[in-house]
Amino acid sequence: MKMSGAQMVCEALIAEGVKTVFGYPGGAIMNVYDEIYKQDGFEHILNRHEQAAVHAADGYARASGEVGVAMVTSGPGFTNAVTGLATAYMDSIPMVVISGQVPLSLIGTDGFQEIDAIGISRPCTKHNFLVRELSDLPRILKEAFHIARSGRPGPVLVDIPKDITAEIGEFVYPDSVNIPSYSPTLKGNKRQIEKAIEAIVKAKKPLIYIGGGAVLSNASDLIREFAEITQIPAVETLMARGVMGAKNPLLLGMLGMHGNYASNMAMSETDLIISLGARFDDRVTGKLSEFAKYAKVIHIDIDPANIGKLVNVDYPIVGDVSEVLEKLISGIKGQVDAEAYNDWREVLERYDALHPQAYEDSDEVIKPQWVIERIGESIGEEAIITSDVGQHQMWAAQHYPFDRPRQWINSGGLGTMGFGFPAALGAKKAFPNKRVINITGDGSILMNIQELVTAAEYKIPVINIILNNHFLGMVRQWQTFFYEERYSETDLSFQPNFKALTEACGGVGYDVTTKEEFDTALKDAIEQDKVAIINVQVARFENVYPMVPANGALYNMMLAPKQIEAKETK
Amino acid sequence: MSAVRRVISVLVENESSVLSRISGLFAGRGYNIETLTVAPIPDSNRSHITIATKGDAKTLEQITKQLHKLIPVYKVIEHNEMVEKEMVLIKFPIEQNLADIQVLCGAYNGGIVNVGEEMIIGMVADEPCRVKHFIEASKRYNPMEVVRGGVVAIER
Repeated sequence: MKMSGAQMVCEALIAEGVKTVFGYPGGAIMNVYDEIYKQDGFEHILNRHEQAAVHAADGYARASGEVGVAMVTSGPGFTNAVTGLATAYMDSIPMVVISGQVPLSLIGTDGFQEIDAIGISRPCTKHNFLVRELSDLPRILKEAFHIARSGRPGPVLVDIPKDITAEIGEFVYPDSVNIPSYSPTLKGNKRQIEKAIEAIVKAKKPLIYIGGGAVLSNASDLIREFAEITQIPAVETLMARGVMGAKNPLLLGMLGMHGNYASNMAMSETDLIISLGARFDDRVTGKLSEFAKYAKVIHIDIDPANIGKLVNVDYPIVGDVSEVLEKLISGIKGQVDAEAYNDWREVLERYDALHPQAYEDSDEVIKPQWVIERIGESIGEEAIITSDVGQHQMWAAQHYPFDRPRQWINSGGLGTMGFGFPAALGAKKAFPNKRVINITGDGSILMNIQELVTAAEYKIPVINIILNNHFLGMVRQWQTFFYEERYSETDLSFQPNFKALTEACGGVGYDVTTKEEFDTALKDAIEQDKVAIINVQVARFENVYPMVPANGALYNMMLAPKQIEAKETK
Repeated sequence: MSAVRRVISVLVENESSVLSRISGLFAGRGYNIETLTVAPIPDSNRSHITIATKGDAKTLEQITKQLHKLIPVYKVIEHNEMVEKEMVLIKFPIEQNLADIQVLCGAYNGGIVNVGEEMIIGMVADEPCRVKHFIEASKRYNPMEVVRGGVVAIER
């Protein structure tokens, strides 16, 4: 069928089953927007900033597991999208971003709104394409979706010059892709899996270490089964919260810089790490030379480059976590004695009893951790929780009772402030019937505050809960600990009237200073079913504990003052 | 861990941005490039890139793996048993002894490839360490300009 390049873009998106596109029009992408106007195969959400559009597509992808789609124009439209691409890239999120480009004849002439999108996005995309011929367009779009979702997922940029979208050509959307240079390994080497099973059987203190790859691979059920059969305790990274389920007795908690005591001690004392889709990030390992010194390592990862990158690996298995686990489970049945690790688990239980993930509540002031727990008690399993980046993110990761994967959506690798609110919009578009809550800070929320307008216009009722300490809290915490309390540029006492601001944009706002007010506000926000901001004044100088100072040994945790007292009296 | 030299051949799809993907990967991840050559493979839509690099074992392993991850990369060959050659062109002033230069180039499997009114151009293609020696030896003839090509290698 003959059609324009712009029409081909729309037809390809429809053929890929895309329901929602997040974006912002501009000169170079106008032809495509003209076709969007004419079609009804998918919905377009007009975010109020390109960065937010890409984060929204990202949130959609994280919540649903499908490829998120965003569309931007050339030049500043594209450069605004870069943070969104980098955020998705660092967390391996499947996404296709389509950008307009100046006409082919103008490329390289410093044309109006021209920027080298391919050059800029190369280090923060899984792959990118500049479309030079209309006849390539259908194939490139097909490949973009395939590359985004297969192997280790990631964002793919398709940069389309304006004249290509205007040109008329024959459209046949390919049924399959053929990229001879790209074939991810999924299955896992049989011999290596056998060796890994032998190592597990021999181990005395094994530990399951679960990363974000477990979520991407939809491996949660298999991991729970594997843990159940073997009775091996597990720790989760920030990206894996929800995989084991908060109520699972085998889950020790989150490990790393703000991991709980038992998890970090387990990692320090284990004799066998079973790594499932985790990549030994510096925020997890702390000082590498002190990390898991007594452990052999089984590393299961779809990306061979992750294996042996930071930690030496004894049993490398390249493959999809789910596919490898299926074989691991069938091979290990009857091989391990589930009683074998009783002593090990008992040691870890004692660690947890010694320093539980607790905080000291207060009647005078709202503790941020209390807010998280309260949301958990009120909405719990039903909610999808997004977050921005900072103290509130760590408290949410520590204290929310995550029960399933894809319930917790945050920017782990890049640590992008401003991610949470637009990501919440994306998650809500993917699951309109789920309650979506963005736990945010008074710093982060302002970095994409314009999305109040988007949410109000499209009636996307997400609830933002600001844990407001009038500080750029995490940086302030570091200044307290490591910079002798010189609070350089972290005092955010001057801030907008969040309630009035929300209402000015068509949402509903709440100022909360007591626990009772919080309960009332949350209940009302749910009933109102509108975009909301609940601005909660929390204890100003609360710190996130435990804390492993950057590049410190994982077992050397700074504990909350009260926990230190408890330790000294032991 | 000590740094060792390694020659890597990368077979890639012959497309416009492929070289920037590879050089960008090296720059972005802090890998070292000693030399890099690239040319299309005859009768195909592929190119052959030869990179001479330096790094410890862990870095070299990462280089190979990261190169593999690039979508247009078909194959990465870490050369062990290889024939390796590099080319150099040297321009000498015409006042220098033509016969001496001829003999010197000949000693390194090369020769004089051009003589003009004001200069003599010698060419040598040999193993990189021999090329280095040739450049050293040529210094007594007051070379005006030295242009070295990158390494090309083929597995034995």
